[in-house]
Amino acid sequence: MTTWKPTRRVVLAAAAASLAFGGAAQADEHQILDSVHFIIPGGAGGGWDGTARGTGEALTESGLVGQATYENMSGGGGGVAIRYMIDNAESLHDAMMVNSTPIVIRSLTGVFPQSFRDLTLVAGTIGDYAALVVNADSDIESMDGLLDAYRADPDSLAIGGGSVPGGMDHLVAALVMEAAGEDPTGFDYIAYDAGGNAMAGLLSGEIAALSTGFSEAVDLANAGEVRILGVTSEERVDAYPEAPTLIEQGIDATFVNWRGFFAAPGLPEERLEAFRTMLAEMYDTPEWEEVRARNGWVNIHNDGEDFREFLEQQEQQIGDLMRTLGFL
Amino acid sequence: MLEGLLIGLSTAVMPMNLLLVVAGCLIGTFIGMLPGLGPMSIIAIMIPVAITIGDPTAALILLAGVYYGAIFGGSTSSILLNAPGVAGTVASSFDGYPMARAGQAGKALTVAAIASFAGGTIGVVLLMIFAPMLSSLALLFHSAEYFALMVVGLSAIAAFAGTGQVFKAVTMTLLGLIMATVGEGALFNMPRFTMGIMDLQSGFSFITLAMALFALPEAIFLVLKPREMGGDGEKSGRIGGLRITRAEARAITPVIGRQSVQGFFVGVLPGAGATIASFLGYAVERNIASKADQENFGHGSVKGLAAPETANNAACTGSFVPLLTLGIPGSGTTAILLGALIALNVSPGPRLMVDEPQIFWAVIISMYIGNVVLLILNLPLIPYIAKILTIPRNYLIPFILFFTMMGSYIGQNNATELLMLVGFGVVATILRFADYPLAPVLIGFILGRMMEDNFSRAMQLYDGFGFILARPMTLGLLIVALILLLLPSYRAQRARRRAKGVADGD
Repeated sequence: MTTWKPTRRVVLAAAAASLAFGGAAQADEHQILDSVHFIIPGGAGGGWDGTARGTGEALTESGLVGQATYENMSGGGGGVAIRYMIDNAESLHDAMMVNSTPIVIRSLTGVFPQSFRDLTLVAGTIGDYAALVVNADSDIESMDGLLDAYRADPDSLAIGGGSVPGGMDHLVAALVMEAAGEDPTGFDYIAYDAGGNAMAGLLSGEIAALSTGFSEAVDLANAGEVRILGVTSEERVDAYPEAPTLIEQGIDATFVNWRGFFAAPGLPEERLEAFRTMLAEMYDTPEWEEVRARNGWVNIHNDGEDFREFLEQQEQQIGDLMRTLGFL
Repeated sequence: MLEGLLIGLSTAVMPMNLLLVVAGCLIGTFIGMLPGLGPMSIIAIMIPVAITIGDPTAALILLAGVYYGAIFGGSTSSILLNAPGVAGTVASSFDGYPMARAGQAGKALTVAAIASFAGGTIGVVLLMIFAPMLSSLALLFHSAEYFALMVVGLSAIAAFAGTGQVFKAVTMTLLGLIMATVGEGALFNMPRFTMGIMDLQSGFSFITLAMALFALPEAIFLVLKPREMGGDGEKSGRIGGLRITRAEARAITPVIGRQSVQGFFVGVLPGAGATIASFLGYAVERNIASKADQENFGHGSVKGLAAPETANNAACTGSFVPLLTLGIPGSGTTAILLGALIALNVSPGPRLMVDEPQIFWAVIISMYIGNVVLLILNLPLIPYIAKILTIPRNYLIPFILFFTMMGSYIGQNNATELLMLVGFGVVATILRFADYPLAPVLIGFILGRMMEDNFSRAMQLYDGFGFILARPMTLGLLIVALILLLLPSYRAQRARRRAKGVADGD
């Protein structure tokens, strides 16, 4: 009785959609797995939810997977789902949990006792760079301008973001300040409870600059509302090549907010291989391209050992910064 | 504008689109009645369907129908079962539920339907005329003003601070504010007061608290004190007519008029939204009502039902202003809608009206049609929906219990919620027996987190309390809140002084 869940409806809707497109016709040609169960550590409609459902949609419609099911399991900033994966590892061989940069941050701050090391790493699949933006009519034109304004009067320059102090948006802003040779604890970070409210704070003039996700920034830059001062990628991003990187402005800071998948600990090697092959092949399908474009995601594929190295390097980067900021 | 209106209208009345809006309204209404499934989750569920349609206009028409249906459906469970499924309909249960208990369920649902329709429709008209100009208004408020606005909203608790009840109401509000501090706050990245329990990390969930404080004690009360609750089932089982008397219509007309406008403008502010609008609407209408009317608030006043219902719907429409003209989502629901719009290759922002006027107008017209269809669809359905209350008590109570548990479970898919639901439900029942009003707990809880967030931002930006004097609008709003809070006790005192010698006490 209580198993009636919104997820069921979405499965039905997705099934209806795939029938409508006739995508199911080619199903048995290159199917890698019969079914995948996605565990989503947050509620319906969030970023994790969209990533899991979008990936599942592309996998089933391209015929790589026969069937995808979804389970929302919120609580503990993702900790409840991680505990579930570990406690029920034996029975979760067809399950993948979606997660992202916060798994690194939250295990550092001790929100949950586990870390990515307690799970089987499948792959990082997509990502988003971060960006510093100002209001389009601001007289700050570049990172130099922002730093000059800060040096002239540190108290008047508040930088906002859509995460708690010590959260991702704050860390990115601190990373930039540190790389520019400033004290990363010196500026005022104003935390908003959601990206939308932070954006409203920027446009209303409450804060001077905003640390936010790059794809969100691009939408508003296209609408003529904000100016992107710098993006945390190595090179300019094709989606919006007008935005300069921080590196080309002499600030050696890069950052990727990744999203990817984890499996239960002790997953059999062949099953792990199947998961990885399945995701790797997904990138070449038109169904994935459609989902990716619709959501504005950037393909950042980190497979196998690369994923582990990437996570360890990010843990180091964020851990050092949080110690400097006094959060650890 | 007229040209755009015509384009929008001609698109919206195509048979396929009309079918979509009817389907959307029905789906929204019925799923919306289930606690735990508010507009946000229903729209999230419907997005894959809408995107499959492909045509942005048709997809938006479907989603608008779902949105309005869900808001209306949410009020239904609030009024009939005292089980508000989303924060925006909590205030509707303050007077809607007492009306239903008094055998006026049909009338209560009719008032809600008409108030929703009027709020939504007037909201759309305001949106149509003022949208481009309003984008700057949406950016007028800073954190300091939002904080002050929420203090004004908090004054809604005055409705529960009747004679001799002031202490109890204040205590309950403080309890709600305290409960809002559990979990990760805005000031620190560390969880507070979770006692190491991982399930408390993100704080108590609204839906569990709403069910535990409102619906569960009602069901337990029905079991423990059948007599008092209109025991023989005669009164509570009656649905009553749908008709509103002339006097009632006269009473709610100005309320609906005021709240459509007030609710709309509160909705325009991206940091406020429908919940704040409904509490503000309730607070303002109660405090400007006459003494006799005021006593009725909280005990089944039609005004007390019409005010939050109108404001809630008008605010939902108002929230489309920052969404469409700035691309800023003010609430979880509009954030999901924004995602859907972008997925449909529509990029909201200042250029939407210039570059793609047909989409802008189609959204507006679809909202309008959604409202009309909802009213036409729901008025005839009201007698059947209200029949829920004629279910014999021994079936109705298990149904309510199941309903509340399901609501608190599906929101989070977490069984710990059920333990909290029962725990808080028991405490709430004891408090009810001691005659403590429970609504202030929920008001405090809902507003507490947002108040704290905005307060701490204002403090940080102004290095202390300076923001109160530095920002005249903040000061003004705080003074309004003070007046709203002190007015009732001043009036009560004056009344007491007058009554002295005539009769003692009340």
